[in-house]
Amino acid sequence: MNDRPILHVTGLRARVADEDSDILNGVDLAMRRGQIHAIMGPNGSGKSTLAKVIAGHPAYEATAGSVAFQGEDLLEMEPDERAQAGVFMAFQYPVAIPGVSIANFLRTALQARLEDGEELDLFDFQELLMERMELLDMEPSFAQRHVNDGFSGGEKKRNEILQMAVLKPALAVMDETDSGLDIDALRIVAHGVNTLKAENPDMSVLLITHYQRMLNYITPDVVHVMVKGRIVESGGPEVALGLEERGYEQYRRMQVA
Amino acid sequence: MPSNEVIQGLGLDDYKFGFVTDSEPVFRTRPGLDADIVRQISARKDEPEWMLKRRLKALRIYESKPMPQWGGDLSELQETLDQTYFYVKPQEQMERSWDDVPENIKETFERLGIPEAERRILAGVGAQYDSEMVYHSLKEEWEARGVIFDSIEDGLRNHPELFRKHFGTVIPAADNKFAALNSAVWSGGSFVYIPPGVQLETPLQAYFRVNQERLGQFERTLIIADEGSRAHYIEGCTAPVYSTDSFHSGVIEIVVNRDAFFRYTTIQNWSNNMYNLVTQRALVQQGAHMEWLDGNLGSKLTMKYPSCYLMGEGAHGEIMSIAYAGDGQHQDTGGKVIHVAPNTSSSIVSKSISKGTGRSSYRGLCKVYDGAANAKSNVECDALLINETSRTDTFPYIEIDEQTASVGHEATVSKVGDEQLFYLMSRGMDEAEAMALIVRGFIEPIAKELPLEYAVELNRLIELEMEGSVG
Repeated sequence: MNDRPILHVTGLRARVADEDSDILNGVDLAMRRGQIHAIMGPNGSGKSTLAKVIAGHPAYEATAGSVAFQGEDLLEMEPDERAQAGVFMAFQYPVAIPGVSIANFLRTALQARLEDGEELDLFDFQELLMERMELLDMEPSFAQRHVNDGFSGGEKKRNEILQMAVLKPALAVMDETDSGLDIDALRIVAHGVNTLKAENPDMSVLLITHYQRMLNYITPDVVHVMVKGRIVESGGPEVALGLEERGYEQYRRMQVA
Repeated sequence: MPSNEVIQGLGLDDYKFGFVTDSEPVFRTRPGLDADIVRQISARKDEPEWMLKRRLKALRIYESKPMPQWGGDLSELQETLDQTYFYVKPQEQMERSWDDVPENIKETFERLGIPEAERRILAGVGAQYDSEMVYHSLKEEWEARGVIFDSIEDGLRNHPELFRKHFGTVIPAADNKFAALNSAVWSGGSFVYIPPGVQLETPLQAYFRVNQERLGQFERTLIIADEGSRAHYIEGCTAPVYSTDSFHSGVIEIVVNRDAFFRYTTIQNWSNNMYNLVTQRALVQQGAHMEWLDGNLGSKLTMKYPSCYLMGEGAHGEIMSIAYAGDGQHQDTGGKVIHVAPNTSSSIVSKSISKGTGRSSYRGLCKVYDGAANAKSNVECDALLINETSRTDTFPYIEIDEQTASVGHEATVSKVGDEQLFYLMSRGMDEAEAMALIVRGFIEPIAKELPLEYAVELNRLIELEMEGSVG
């Protein structure tokens, strides 16, 4: 049972809806429960597109292939259904929701997971929220701020991690592509992922990153290199180290051939 | 994006309070309006001669004024007015306690959640059922402190001098066509007097409801907050659905005397065939503070611009409003601040939401008279559009005759973005829930000013409105 991949992507092609050419040109990826996979690649390689297709962003459409999550066909599901099934995407650039506190936002997200007619107990929620914030060394007052409204880059990351901690996904997709994360933001993400992973070893993490330095903080089981919409190499952490030495150039040439 | 059919299939877009309880009116006038009907209304109320004369004079003013050609579309209104019952009296006498309220009327309140609200806040509850007060309770403590919280009819009957001194002084019949109409046929409403220095912690609440088909409701409220007093009046109402157009035209007059503080809160949720044309105005004297908090949902057309006339030095006026225009609805709302005296200040914050083919217009006036030195005014209006077909307009009128005045105006229009929706949906909310949360956040700066149970009700109404609006 444990051998069945939690995420199984086969032959996935995808594009921005209404455009002519695919960005993903046949992606194959299998993650087992509890694994951390890193996807690395140069700008425009399609790694962030992969994250968005997995989460169900409406601006992208899959044109071929499949994405199975715990055996279910993700591509047939709405974004909210995917979230409820246990997929979480930490956004690279999360948008602001003015006037909505983080606490209210999370309460609504948890309430949405309940059956019709069932009410989330407010005291239970408050307790959960406080416990989660304590786990991540966050000030309780943070939950009263409006979602991403006027947040610094680091605060946005903190908010994404807090949501992940409260929603407890089976699969977390961390979309960090190309973002100029400063060292603080990097540490927030890494500390959050490592803490939650330690708490729940069964959680799987798909870490999308441009830079090897993220992997100084989070140790992946598998590293994939994506170039031009395809995974061109997969291996252990040594793949990332090789990248740091030689860059993406080697793969670009490989693709041309 | 997803599942519009599913949401629409639930039929939740229907007007939530669209039920009718079976209550036979005791008396009503024939449809339409003339001097004879005005005489009947006055006679039924056993009014003094001066009031009848005022009514008849107001009728002549009403008849002489043309339909307004600005604001919303009133071209079909005359037809509605011809079929309107201008006076309906459901019961012979006022009820004092909840036990005396007839069962079917209780049932109506129950379905609106009123007994609960009453239990929780238990301040004074004046509830207007059709045109008369049927239920009216007032905390004994307030009576002991000299506070008057009566139906408008009782105000005239029991406090004739106070009543006559102020009635029609804030909004004279000649002010506009609908103020004239109200002055001719008014029925129901509240009379409130807060004596000097009396500070009320708990709000005064009136709840009323139009329950008679083609009933025009012309509630008239007169409030006097005397020197140094402090109070909050809350009015909420919701009307059932009928096939023919209904008409509501209220007049709210408030006098805020020196150094007094008064807040008037309204949440109105009319059925979407209702014309809602309301005049509400406050005279704010030296050092006094007036706040209008105004929520407008439903109706076919609402035209409503709460105003503050800042008459005395240092007077302050605030208008906070939320308008929600659903399919086929037009909310033409805003506010007026008139600076007459030096060192007066005002602010208007207006938030509108337009959904489907709904249209919301902000219409506001800021006038500073010569001599109102150092007057300060700030206007902020924000519009949120839900669909491509939704519409919003802004009509800010600014007239400044004073060099030292400072006036600011800021307007924003935003659309619910795909990125926002996706972000919320990626956390497990469906599209309607996500939309409702965005709208709730948008109105939060005003909603947080509401008493809790009103904020909850407002949020619930918006959630219901968002179901089926999606796509």
